[in-house]
Amino acid sequence: MHAITYESPKTIADAVKLLAAHGEKARPLSGGTDLIIQLRAGTRRPEYVVDVKSIPELSRISFSLQHGLHLGAAVSCIEIYENADMRHYYPGLTEAAHLIGSLQIQSRASVGGNLCNGSPAGDSTPALIALGAKARLVGPKGERVVPVETFITGPARTVLQPGELLIELLIDAPAPHSSDAYLRFIPRNEMDIAVVGVGGSITLDLDDDRVVDARIALGAVGPTPIFAAEASKSLIGKKFDAAALDNAARLATSVATPIDDMRGTAEFRRHIVGVLTRRVLTTAAERARQSEQR
Amino acid sequence: MVKKVIVEATINGDPVELLCEPRQSLLEVLRDELDMTGSKEGCLTGDCGACTVIVDGRAVCSCLMLGVEAAGTTITTIEGLADGANLHVLQQKFLEHAGLQCGICTPGFLMSAKALLDHNPKPTEPEIRYALAGNLCRCTGYDKIVKAVVDAAQTMLTGAGSGHGTVPRQSPSEATSAMLGKGEEVK
Amino acid sequence: MAATTNGNGYRVIGTRPVRHDGVDKVTGRAKYGADYTFPGMLFGKVLRSPHAHALIKSIKTDKAAALAGVKAVVTSADLPELADKMEAAGEQAINLAHLSGNILARGKVLYDGHPVAAVAATSPHIADEALRLIEVEYETLPPVLSVEDAMKPGATILLPALRNKEDGPDKQTNVAAHMQFKRGDVAEGFKSADFIVEREFHTAMVHQGYIEPHNAVGIYSADGHATIYCSTQGTFVVRSLCSAVLGIPEGKIKVVPAEIGGGFGGKTTVYLEPLSVLLSKKTGHPVKLVMTRGEVLRATGPTSGSTIRAKIGATKDGKLVAAECWLAYEAGAFPGSPVGAGAMTIVSPYNIPNILIDAYDVVVNRPKTAAYRAPGATNAAMASETVIDELAEKCGIDPIEFRLKNASAEGTPQTVGPPFKRIGFVETLDAIKNSEHYKSKLTGPNRGRGVASGFWFNVGLQSSATVNIHTDGTVSVVTGSVDIGGTRASQAMIAAEVLGADINDVRPIVADTDSIGHTDVTGGSRTAFATGWAVYDAAQDALRQLKERVAKTWEKKPEDVAFVDGRFSPVSGNGVKPMTLKELAPRLARTGGPIIGRATVNARGVGPAFATTLVDVEVDPDTGKVKILRVTVAQDVGKAIHPAYVEGQMQGGTAQGIGWALNEEYFYDDKGILRNTGLLDYRMPTCLDLPEMETIMVEVPTPGHPLGIRGVGEVPIVPPPAAVANAIYKATGVRMFELPMAPPRLMKQILKKRAAGETQAAAAD
Repeated sequence: MHAITYESPKTIADAVKLLAAHGEKARPLSGGTDLIIQLRAGTRRPEYVVDVKSIPELSRISFSLQHGLHLGAAVSCIEIYENADMRHYYPGLTEAAHLIGSLQIQSRASVGGNLCNGSPAGDSTPALIALGAKARLVGPKGERVVPVETFITGPARTVLQPGELLIELLIDAPAPHSSDAYLRFIPRNEMDIAVVGVGGSITLDLDDDRVVDARIALGAVGPTPIFAAEASKSLIGKKFDAAALDNAARLATSVATPIDDMRGTAEFRRHIVGVLTRRVLTTAAERARQSEQR
Repeated sequence: MVKKVIVEATINGDPVELLCEPRQSLLEVLRDELDMTGSKEGCLTGDCGACTVIVDGRAVCSCLMLGVEAAGTTITTIEGLADGANLHVLQQKFLEHAGLQCGICTPGFLMSAKALLDHNPKPTEPEIRYALAGNLCRCTGYDKIVKAVVDAAQTMLTGAGSGHGTVPRQSPSEATSAMLGKGEEVK
Repeated sequence: MAATTNGNGYRVIGTRPVRHDGVDKVTGRAKYGADYTFPGMLFGKVLRSPHAHALIKSIKTDKAAALAGVKAVVTSADLPELADKMEAAGEQAINLAHLSGNILARGKVLYDGHPVAAVAATSPHIADEALRLIEVEYETLPPVLSVEDAMKPGATILLPALRNKEDGPDKQTNVAAHMQFKRGDVAEGFKSADFIVEREFHTAMVHQGYIEPHNAVGIYSADGHATIYCSTQGTFVVRSLCSAVLGIPEGKIKVVPAEIGGGFGGKTTVYLEPLSVLLSKKTGHPVKLVMTRGEVLRATGPTSGSTIRAKIGATKDGKLVAAECWLAYEAGAFPGSPVGAGAMTIVSPYNIPNILIDAYDVVVNRPKTAAYRAPGATNAAMASETVIDELAEKCGIDPIEFRLKNASAEGTPQTVGPPFKRIGFVETLDAIKNSEHYKSKLTGPNRGRGVASGFWFNVGLQSSATVNIHTDGTVSVVTGSVDIGGTRASQAMIAAEVLGADINDVRPIVADTDSIGHTDVTGGSRTAFATGWAVYDAAQDALRQLKERVAKTWEKKPEDVAFVDGRFSPVSGNGVKPMTLKELAPRLARTGGPIIGRATVNARGVGPAFATTLVDVEVDPDTGKVKILRVTVAQDVGKAIHPAYVEGQMQGGTAQGIGWALNEEYFYDDKGILRNTGLLDYRMPTCLDLPEMETIMVEVPTPGHPLGIRGVGEVPIVPPPAAVANAIYKATGVRMFELPMAPPRLMKQILKKRAAGETQAAAAD
């Protein structure tokens, strides 16, 4: 590995100052489970590594029904699924956090880091998109909030400008009778990168089992995670039944642009998008129906 | 010459002050600076678990953490698992059940198993397998490793043996059970 | 000393003591190769080819050499150029020019990861950075990645000097060898068959996947001696190969065996060891090299991918009458695939009167293959055991009964060599047939049960052992066999058994090449068999001397001293008090001095191994993902010295076989670059991917061996891929002819079958 300088700022202002001063030569460090591998492989060669885990705002989970969720960018996956509110209100995002790597990885890796890594196959990103999450960024020019579905712009590329730092992810409190789910397909039972990942959220009108709102997001089937807008829209106002599911699965499959690689063929991935879309929506709907018991 | 930095941490109960380069991983610091070679390097990408140590109560891959990130932490490595000449129950059970062959993965498995039992003294077999899924063993097929951990947990519960340094934390076992039960993967 | 036996007529053999190296391994104290450090030690790194096939036009090392902290840079120009010459190395012979060319490429790179240069520096990071400063100019050539492409007329040639006997001295070729094995007349045989099944199989290149990467510390002294600390399966092989590659006499090289973190055949040759000495010689410092996982996968010795055609015929009452097989194995960049072993195992479990087997060793732009647990046999069994399953189905006979009807037994001719002596294949089939698993009913949708068998020769080879009697009556057992899976414990148990000693009073030691006689690799399932034999003989030698001392003390003849239940006593008469070893040992000084028992063997009469594996699977019909529900393996283990570690071999081999069956494969892009260079995408089973592993040890002693030991390490890897394939067929109706049976491949076949079914149904309407 090349030589690096390590910094561990305690405030957002200090972090942004460091990142802005060094521009492309600096890279924030959260859990490090991607960055350290990239440094070792030489695929990223920043001179400055800015550890953001000592900044309080990046390391907290705060939830209320009034203000929704503020999920600090550096909160580890374990802290997410150990949090009762997370498990209760965002089971899909929580299960995505529980799927990232091994327990050892989950001890360090963060959902914010997963997002900033810019991988199309990160497990938590489709789960965030399904929940309509927004990313709060602070940079030298101030603050901005961007929807997660526009955050990743290409493999390993994001909207982050030099000097800009992801502070937290913002998610609304779930509406009544709504829930989310995340599923991925992997060849083994743990430890793999998603061959396909699908996140889904759904809000039901329990009187007639009609879909009030739905969001479907796909991972690992294109250069970026994909918000399946048409598929999501197709469900709204419809009765949640097999025909609606099949239609949504078909539309979701149609926006996938997968490639052949060592993790699966394009043909297989398209097939799996359909399978997982059905399964994810079914699980999310079951949870939504039970959500009164929360 | 690369500038070294001073890092203070508590390792296996002892305060340690060391000098390291920022680019050195915790694994390199343990092995090359402190001569604690019990933690093993198998992949350097967090996929094999041979370098597992416990940092502030959690199992981590020491290859995916910089040495400088260890500042102020409390670390347990394989060298700190036994209480002097008394083996930890897990070590004893790995020996009794022949839960090792070549032994290169053994320190990592022991540390993952200790982290599990510290958090969840009554794990089910699926919970044990989940907790050990980040540790690869190529020799045993895992059968005897899992049996050793099951036996160790039972032995520690019945008080027939002591796992020293047990620090119960909040209950992620509940979280893991909930996840294993609900967040079912595509079968 | 308790005069108890464990029911098998033995007191120690067959028990399950804690292994002697155990405490060191659970406390992190055990020293593996990468754990060694020496004063002034430097760190080496290897520059590797980014191309699968290219000419090296130039290498410029001056910038790297100028980097602060860099002490030496070497290329193949620093190694003696060796002539094409075959040298025995463990289980197989190696061409020294090829070996040297694999340590550092000479003129041409032949695979992604082929070493081109090596650096020694004061830190591994500096060495790493120095690699980036070496400038290599390549002229790329088209890569040849499959045996099909390599065998095509006009194929790009990898090794301009390579010839085979068939094509003669004038024809350049990628086919290093063609072997043919023949018995009877297959054409006539097939005429008498009622059913003939012919299938073509493709299996992917796979890696042994040991968790410990290769390592070496080389120390070259000013007096011309070199010492190498490394994790290897065979110290003497490392010594002879380093001697050849470096041009240093064998007698001036000492190889010290570090603990070894798995090998499975992959650590029976050298990669870093010669470089560590070369760099040490150039710098005057000890030099340590440790591979990354990417280097292990790209540039050590996986086992061959293969194409196999198997055509087997049977009469309707289930008698096999003829088999015709064609096998082509990827050797990698240099000749030497295990295709010969594949050919000689493919139908050996069965008594078939007419066979014709053609086998081709083919070079391709992939790393040179090395041994992997029963090398060549697993690929072959995937083919034959799947075809056998299909034949059993056509005959309407239970697959185990079908195998029993044709099973090789004592007197059955082998594909090559003398007929089988006493073997336990039938016993493994019976054990599975009578198992609770086989008798249990498998219920539920998308589930299936499959069975398959496997055969492996095992080897004998040379071993040395000494047994030292210490003054307190404890014993040390010294061998040259590196302990990978618990063999030290079994060697100590054999000595303890012979000498009537407590197992905890026997210390087993694996010695360096200067401290023990020649001993071949830990491989070929030979260590318990051959080194165990040497230890048995050495312990007997010690016992004979001990009896002489007792006789001297008692003023009797040695033949008048009996040794029963750990006590020396007079054969007849009284008047003297029986003595234990512990009582005798302190008196050795007064009766003639210390006692060392010693023995060497060049072990003959090796007992081949058979295993039969039963697998239950569940297949997700929507994704093609296979879950292993239950697995039982029955194996003829000859005589289990330490049953826990015999079970461990059976379980570990089965786990590797399941990994091979389902998800492990080398994935090259069309430029010949390996894409899955880490354990994220080279997918070995985790503990969530495997169930409890049930084992049934069948003991059919090897005739001629003093303890009846039979090698156990390799054969359990052979049956699982075919057993899983046969189970998948039962679960889905789909026959798989490709490894691994990864979800995309299986799903494709399931969808194809479903579409065909729908077409048929539509046609029927």
